[in-house]
Amino acid sequence: MIEKALKGNRSYWIWIALLVSVIGIGLSVYNQQRWFGLTVTGMGRDISWGLYIAQFTFLVGVAASAVMVVLPYYLHNQKEFAKTVIIGEFMAVSATMMSMLFIMADMGRPDRILNIILYPNPRSIVFWDVLALSGYLIINLISGWAMLGAEKKGVAPSAWLKPLVYLSIPWAFSIHTVTAFLYAGMPGRHLWLTAVLAPRFLASAFAAGTALLILVSLVLKRSTGFDTGKEAREKLAILATYAGLANIFLLGMEFFTTFYSNVPAHKESLQYLYFGLEGKYQFVSLMWFSLISGVVSIAVLLFPALRRSTKWLIAACSFLVLSIWIDKGVGLIIGGFIPSPLEEIVEYNPTSTEILIALGIWGIGILLLTVLLKVTVAVKMETDS
Amino acid sequence: MMNEQRREFIKKTALGVLVGLGAASGLVPAFSLEKTVLPVWDEQPVPGKIRWGMLIDTRKCKEDCKQCMVACHHEHNVPDFRNKKEEIKWIWKNQYQQVFPTASQQFPGKETQERSYLALCNHCADSPCTRVCPTGATFKRWDGIVAMDYHRCIGCRFCMASCPYGSRSFNWQDPRTAIHDPVTTYPTREQGVVEKCNFCSDRLVKGQQPACIEACPEQALTFGDLNDPRSDIRLLLESNETMQRKPELGTKPSVFYII
Ligand code: SF4
Ligand code: SF4
Repeated sequence: MIEKALKGNRSYWIWIALLVSVIGIGLSVYNQQRWFGLTVTGMGRDISWGLYIAQFTFLVGVAASAVMVVLPYYLHNQKEFAKTVIIGEFMAVSATMMSMLFIMADMGRPDRILNIILYPNPRSIVFWDVLALSGYLIINLISGWAMLGAEKKGVAPSAWLKPLVYLSIPWAFSIHTVTAFLYAGMPGRHLWLTAVLAPRFLASAFAAGTALLILVSLVLKRSTGFDTGKEAREKLAILATYAGLANIFLLGMEFFTTFYSNVPAHKESLQYLYFGLEGKYQFVSLMWFSLISGVVSIAVLLFPALRRSTKWLIAACSFLVLSIWIDKGVGLIIGGFIPSPLEEIVEYNPTSTEILIALGIWGIGILLLTVLLKVTVAVKMETDS
Repeated sequence: MMNEQRREFIKKTALGVLVGLGAASGLVPAFSLEKTVLPVWDEQPVPGKIRWGMLIDTRKCKEDCKQCMVACHHEHNVPDFRNKKEEIKWIWKNQYQQVFPTASQQFPGKETQERSYLALCNHCADSPCTRVCPTGATFKRWDGIVAMDYHRCIGCRFCMASCPYGSRSFNWQDPRTAIHDPVTTYPTREQGVVEKCNFCSDRLVKGQQPACIEACPEQALTFGDLNDPRSDIRLLLESNETMQRKPELGTKPSVFYII
């Protein structure tokens, strides 16, 4: 089937060339990072995780959100998702891939990565996260690919596929819950030390991931003529809306508990992010932009007339994704380090090296997704005609 | 009394003179002592039997004195990048509200507020850093010391995120360029790994007190076995009002302070 990715029109190849060059730049810059060390990034003693871990967290969410199509389609027989399911699964594959690459990029000694398996520490959440992520990658790749293969041959999917797909549903919840536990179990990082972290991760993931899925399906329609269906997109938009609402609701819970109780340690990070602390405001405008664009895009999606219009749908979905990307990436990860354990407020600015490496990894993920979707569309078009 | 203490001390370091001699004569490479306890002493190490701890009498600590920090950083080849972002430190001084941010500070005495306080790894009895480390590169030794295996560390910096005291530093670049006066008795680290205070496990093994304790001209620091009710440190803890850093987090720091 993979040979189908090798046949494409001019714009397909231009797109591939563009991705390959972004990846190339990323790799060569990464080479510098390997050589000189993580000193080439904006991270430091106090803000010891930055852009990479932020992307990782966001992308695990995108990966988990495949469940938003898999669950209604397989468990509730929602037929309109028939064409979207596989796109969701392949998006999960590439997002998982990217999140793992971001972990690699963040490591001081990636040459020792096997130590996680050679000397496993089951008390460490990283151990479980590695298991969860690699399992999820494999499950989605196998089930997506096998479904597609069956479709191509015009036969019913093999019997073993069903249980695998069912397994992917709880697994999707688990990857993002475990990812939240990476942060939520640390004493002294009060922004993360909250029981709603995992639910908030899931809600924001289901909102952003589903919105992204809508955007991808629109791009596919535009570029290949393959349409997953307006009805499917509309249903997805509703799912994204409610997930987004849940996310904002949970953020509100966080605000109430923090500011009403007035416990200084719990308050400081949130205070810093949204209102500034001790005269330092690095992220205040960004966080408000995120909050307002999130609320407005959800409000737009709540109106049936607006979400049915493709233009409004695109705008609302894009801003929803951006809003959550800022909230989860910048706000949650960087914010968790401020103030530092020694009560210092340090600013963080990613360097161009860091940004180029991040873009390179996005390039790899998008290339993988492009190839998988190219095959998918070719097979679907063939069987349709 | 002091002599007995001293004998006790040497015995508890589990290797005592024997290995001290071995290391000195080059039979036992000093580096390997950092990681393993060799079974030369008849008494096998019993996990949890000994818990090394430190008491810092901040009243005795002189404001401008840096001797303990200099001794420690020299002894352990701690690099100095002269750059706050990539700073590496094992023991340092900070203000009261930085070291004890959760302690009462509404109406601090002038003197309390103006002094600075030593900070170092607390070798917590319930250490979050060892809990989160995915490879066991940060681990708890049988004698309560939270140790590091620099050769196993993958540089994920999880331990840094989880340490509520800022005790850990990462080698953002090759540290060897920033070690101004290297010693040969302790390994240097590589780029990309985390490091921190090791409670001088490299000296304990030779029957010596930690470098900071020895270097302090004011005898402000006391080191000893917290599990031994007859040790100096326990007697001092019992006869003084002391505090730990952020005790509310349940990490059970082994470093105590007299303010
Ligand atoms: S002070 Fe920090 S590094 Fe030291 S044992 Fe406690 S948690 Fe670990
Ligand atoms: S940076 Fe090294 S010591 Fe720290 S958690 Fe990761 S592997 Fe363990």
